[in-house]
Amino acid sequence: MILMKFDFDSLKVKVGFEIHQQLDTKNKLFCNCKCEEANGSYDNNFIRILRPTKSELGNFDRAAIFEHTKMNTIKYYSKVGLSCLVEADEEPPHDVNRSALETVLLFSLALNSNIVDEIHVMRKLVIDGSNTSGFQRTMLVSTGGNLKVDGFRKIGVQSICLEEDAAKLLPHSKLYKEYGLDRLGIPLVEIALEPISGKPDEIVNVALTLGRLLRSSKRVSRGLGSIRQDVNISVNDGKVVEVKGVQQLSQLVKVLDYETKRQYGLIKIAEEFEKRNIDDGFIGDRIQDITYLFKDSSSTILKKILKDANSILLSIRLRGLNGLIGYEPINGIRLGKELGEFVRFFGLGGIFHSDELPKYGVTVKDVENIKELLGLSNSDAFLIIGGNEKKINIVLEPLIRRIREFKHGVVAETRSATMDGSTIFSRPRAGSSRMYPETDILPIPVESVLLDDLKQKIPLSWNDLIRQIMKKYELNIKLSEHIFDSQYYDIFEKIVSTSKNITPTFIASKLTEDVVSLSRNNLDKSLLTDDILIEVFDNLEKGFIAKESVTLIFEKIMKKESKSVKEAINSLNLIKINDDELHKILDKILNDNAHVIKEKGINSIGALMGKSMIMLRGKVDGYKINEYLKQKIERFINDEFFK
Amino acid sequence: MKKEATANLNNSDSGKDDYISRSKQLLNKYKVKIGDSVKLISNKGDYTGIIMPRYESFNDNYVVIKLNSGYNIGISIDNIINITSEKLSETSVNVSLNPVKTDEPHNGKFVLTKGINHDIKKPLLSSSLPKILLLTTGGTIASKIDYRTGGVTSILNASDLYSIFPEISNYASIYPEFLFNEYSENLYASHWSLLSERISYAVLHEQFDGIIVSHGTDTIHYTSSAMSFALQNLSIPVVLVGSQRSSDRPSSDAFTNLLGAIKFITKTNYAGIFVCMHHTSSDETIACHIGTRVRKNHTSKRNALQSLDHFPFALIYDSDIVCNTDLKRINTRNNISKNLISKTSFDDRVFLLKFYPGFDPSFLECFSNFKYRVIILEGTGLGHVNKNCFPYLEKLIDSGIVIFMTSQCIYGRVQMTVYDTGRDLLDLGVIPLSDMSSETAIVKAMWALSNSSNKKELVEIMRTDLSNELSNTSPLIS
Repeated sequence: MILMKFDFDSLKVKVGFEIHQQLDTKNKLFCNCKCEEANGSYDNNFIRILRPTKSELGNFDRAAIFEHTKMNTIKYYSKVGLSCLVEADEEPPHDVNRSALETVLLFSLALNSNIVDEIHVMRKLVIDGSNTSGFQRTMLVSTGGNLKVDGFRKIGVQSICLEEDAAKLLPHSKLYKEYGLDRLGIPLVEIALEPISGKPDEIVNVALTLGRLLRSSKRVSRGLGSIRQDVNISVNDGKVVEVKGVQQLSQLVKVLDYETKRQYGLIKIAEEFEKRNIDDGFIGDRIQDITYLFKDSSSTILKKILKDANSILLSIRLRGLNGLIGYEPINGIRLGKELGEFVRFFGLGGIFHSDELPKYGVTVKDVENIKELLGLSNSDAFLIIGGNEKKINIVLEPLIRRIREFKHGVVAETRSATMDGSTIFSRPRAGSSRMYPETDILPIPVESVLLDDLKQKIPLSWNDLIRQIMKKYELNIKLSEHIFDSQYYDIFEKIVSTSKNITPTFIASKLTEDVVSLSRNNLDKSLLTDDILIEVFDNLEKGFIAKESVTLIFEKIMKKESKSVKEAINSLNLIKINDDELHKILDKILNDNAHVIKEKGINSIGALMGKSMIMLRGKVDGYKINEYLKQKIERFINDEFFK
Repeated sequence: MKKEATANLNNSDSGKDDYISRSKQLLNKYKVKIGDSVKLISNKGDYTGIIMPRYESFNDNYVVIKLNSGYNIGISIDNIINITSEKLSETSVNVSLNPVKTDEPHNGKFVLTKGINHDIKKPLLSSSLPKILLLTTGGTIASKIDYRTGGVTSILNASDLYSIFPEISNYASIYPEFLFNEYSENLYASHWSLLSERISYAVLHEQFDGIIVSHGTDTIHYTSSAMSFALQNLSIPVVLVGSQRSSDRPSSDAFTNLLGAIKFITKTNYAGIFVCMHHTSSDETIACHIGTRVRKNHTSKRNALQSLDHFPFALIYDSDIVCNTDLKRINTRNNISKNLISKTSFDDRVFLLKFYPGFDPSFLECFSNFKYRVIILEGTGLGHVNKNCFPYLEKLIDSGIVIFMTSQCIYGRVQMTVYDTGRDLLDLGVIPLSDMSSETAIVKAMWALSNSSNKKELVEIMRTDLSNELSNTSPLIS
C-alpha cells in the first residue's frame, strides 16, 4: 500500500501507541462543568504567565525549561457552564468523576490489565499553556495486559491512565498564545501499548482494533478530535521519537511512513558525520554578524527580514559539513530542512545554508564574502539565520546544540503530526521528573466490590458486538461494521429507536454508503449535524418526504446550498403529495399514454414509470408509484377488454 | 499545600512516623525504608520503583511506590508477597517532605541570633540595587517543591530564590531570612510580636530599603493590621505578600505578587504596612492594599485579598504604578528611622462574637466565666443585635467588659443612631467602631488592651484613627 524508495523490511521499526480517547461523560473529570464545545462563543477571559518549577535535584525538566525559553503570555477564554474556577486554576479540583473512573476500570478489565489497589492522582508538568495550572492531572489505573488483534499476535498493554484533556489552542495573536477552556478537564483514557514491529497496515490494524474496543463500550465520545494517538517510533533500536496528535488512521499511515523515512535519513546523515569525523567543536566555532553585507541586497527575502530595525543576520561556521546540509539520503529528508523547521519553531522564518547558495537573491559575491569572513575552507559549510535580534539570541545556542546532535542520528524528541502526515519538531521529550503528586486529591482505593460489579459490564468484543448489531437491527455484516465504525452509530441508534416506518437497513445505508459517496465529491459531511439527520429521518418517518429525498437533502446541505432541512425540502420541491393528487397525476399520464398501454399491455409499466418519476421524484415513493401504476394499468386493460 | 504531612520523613525510624503501624511493620519486615528503590512483588504483578512516604491522614493498608514512569500507585498490604531493595549506591533517595519546622515555643520576643544580623554593607549582588529584607513566616511564596513527594520546603537562601525567580535580580538585592514557619491559621498574637520586633530591629539597625514578609493568606490581613498598630511612623515600606497557588506550581501567583511588592518598594516613595496580591484573576496587575483596610474575601481565587471601602492604595502594572493617595495617614519614605513608634505587645483577652438570628442571649452569661476584657460584637447591618440581648449586654458592661460594635456587612460603616435598636445599644454603652472591619477591630483591641492603662484610654485608642483603620469618608466605588 505504501511505496517507498528504501526497503522497509530491512529496517527494524518499532511503533508504540498511546491512544487518547475522550470519554462520553456528562461532567468533566474534576468539576461539574459540561463536556461540550464552546464553538467560539466565550464570555470571559484572563491572562496568565507560566514558569517552570525546579526539581528537588535542582534540575528543571528539560521539556519544561524548553517551553519556558519560548514562553509567552497566555490568554484563556472561558464560558459559563463549560468551565469554572477549577479550569481557571482558581479553585482546587473536586473529587474524580466516578463515572469516568468506572469507564477506565472497564477498559482495564477488558484488556486484562492489572488494576492498582489505590489510585494516586499525579501532576504532569506541561507549561506550554495548554493547562492553566501548568500541569496535567493524570492517574495510573492499571499496568500490563493485552489486546487481541486479528491476524496479529496479542499486543502487550503497558499502562492505562485516566487523565484530563488539555485546553484547546485557538488561532492566536502575536501578543498572546490563546486557549479555550471548554476542552480542559474533559476525561480522557490513555492506553499505551508495548512497542511492536510490523508493516504500516498491520500497525494501523492494531490502532483500529483498540479504537473499536473503546467504542464498543459506548462510553466514549465520537467524532473528529475525540480520539488522538501519540505514536512512539524508533528505527533500528535508536532513540524514540514521540509524534503527537494523530487524529485519523489514514493520517497514521502517512506519519509512520514519513517518520520512518526521516529517522532512516537521520541515521544516514549521522553515518556521514561519523565518516567525516565531525567533532562538536567544529559546529558553530565561529559566528559572524553579516547584517552589513546585505544592507543593499536585492534579495526580497533578506529585504523582508531586514525591514525591521531590530533584525540581524548571523552566519555560522560549520566545519567539515560542506555538502551535508543539503545531502538528501532519502527523498525529502535533509539536515537543512530539519534545521529550518527547528528555527521556525522559535518564530524565525527559516535558514539559508551554503549547499543551496547562491539562490534567493544571495549572490556568488555574497557567498564569497561570507566564506572569507568565516575563514571557510572547501570542506566547510555555513548557515545564515536572520530575524529579530532577541529571538536570534534565544535560538542560537539550541540551534548549535541541535546540529551537534545530528551526529547521534535520531534525537529523542516530541514532534507533532501535520494534517498531510509529516511531522514537525515540537520539543525535547519530557522525563519522569515532571511528575509529582496532586496533593489536593486524596488517593482513591479501588474496592473489589466495585470491580466485581464492573466485571458484569465489560464491553463486548468487536466480533460479538457486530453479531449483536446484526441481530438487533437485522443488518448484514458489512453494514453493521460500517455503521459502527462510522461517526454516526449513536445517531443511528437514536433514529432507529423513534422510527416505525423506516427500516434500520435503510437508515444505516444512508448514513454510511450515501454519506461516504457524497463526501468523496469533496462535500462537507460535518454540515450534517445530528439535529439535521434526526430532522431528515423524522420527515421521512412522518411521511412528509419520500425515501428518495433523503440523499437529495443530504447533498443540498453538504453543498451548502441549503442551511436547514426545511430549506432543502422547499428548494427541491420535495413536499410529498397526497394520494388524491397522485391519482390525478397518474390518471393524466395514463390517458396521455393510452396508446402505449394498448400496444404493450402490462409491459407498458416500464415506460410509464419513467414518465411518472420525472414528475414525481422525491415526492412519492417509487414503489408506491409502481404499485398504483400497476393497478391502474391492469384496470385500464380490463376496462378496454370489456369495453 | 496544607495536606502535606508534618512528620520528618528522613527518619522513618523515629517516633513521628508517616507509615502507621501496619505498613510500617511490613517495611521493617522486608528491611526497606522510604526512599529506597525496590522491587515489589504482589499477587497482581511486579512493580519497581521508589518507596514513597504516606500522608498521615490516609488509611494504613497501602504502600505507595513511585514507578519509573513517575506515577505513584498504592499497593494493598494484603497483596504484597515480597519487597526487595535494589541495593545500588545512589538508589536510596533522600525524600524530604516537610518544610523546616520550628517546634520551639517562643515567648513573642525577638531574639537576635547569630547570623541573622545582616551585614548589608557587603552587597549580595550589585551594590547599586535597593536592598530588601525578605522575612519568611510560612506562606507558600518562598518554598520549593520536592518533585518526588510533592512536598514543599522553604527557601532559605538568596541564591535559591534567584534561581527560581531570576528576574528579581534585575530589581533588588534580596536578603531572605527565615523567621518561623507556620500555616497562618496557627499564628498567635505572640507571632505578631516576634515579627514586629524583627521588623523594628531591621528598621532601626539595618539599612534596608524595604521589607517583604511572606505570609500565608488565610490571616495575612490580621497580621498586616497587627503590624500597622505595632509599628507606626515607619520610615520604609513593609509589604506582606502571600500567594493563593503555591510556588511549586508553574501557575503560582507567588512570583508576580513578590515582584509587585519589589516594584512597589523600589519604585514608589511610600512607607508603612501594605499587602500585595493579585488585583484580578490575571497575572497582570498587582494590588497594593493598606494593612488595616484589607480582607480575604475568597477562599481560593488569586484576587482573594480586597481593599474594604477604599480603592487599593496602589495598582502595580507591568511598567507603571498608579497610587491612590486619598487616605490621610500614608507616610512617605524618609531617613528618620528613630521616629518609629514600636509597641509590639498584644493582649489576647478579646473575643469576636458574631450575632445571628436565633442567637441565644443567655450565651452571653458565659463570659463571666472567662478572662475576656473586650468583646467585638459583629452585629447586623448598621450595628444591631436582638433586643433580648440588651439585659445581658448591660450586665457584661457593668462587669467591666468593653463592648465594641462592628458590622457583619463586609462593606460600609456602623451607624447606631439610625434605628431604635442602635440607639438603645449606645445607651447601654456599646461603642461603635465606624468603618473598621471586624478583623482589624479584634487585632486593634488586642493591641490597645496591652498598650493602655485604663478603660477610658482603651476606648480612646480604639476610636482614634492610627493607621487608616477608621476613615471619615467612603468613596463611591462601583
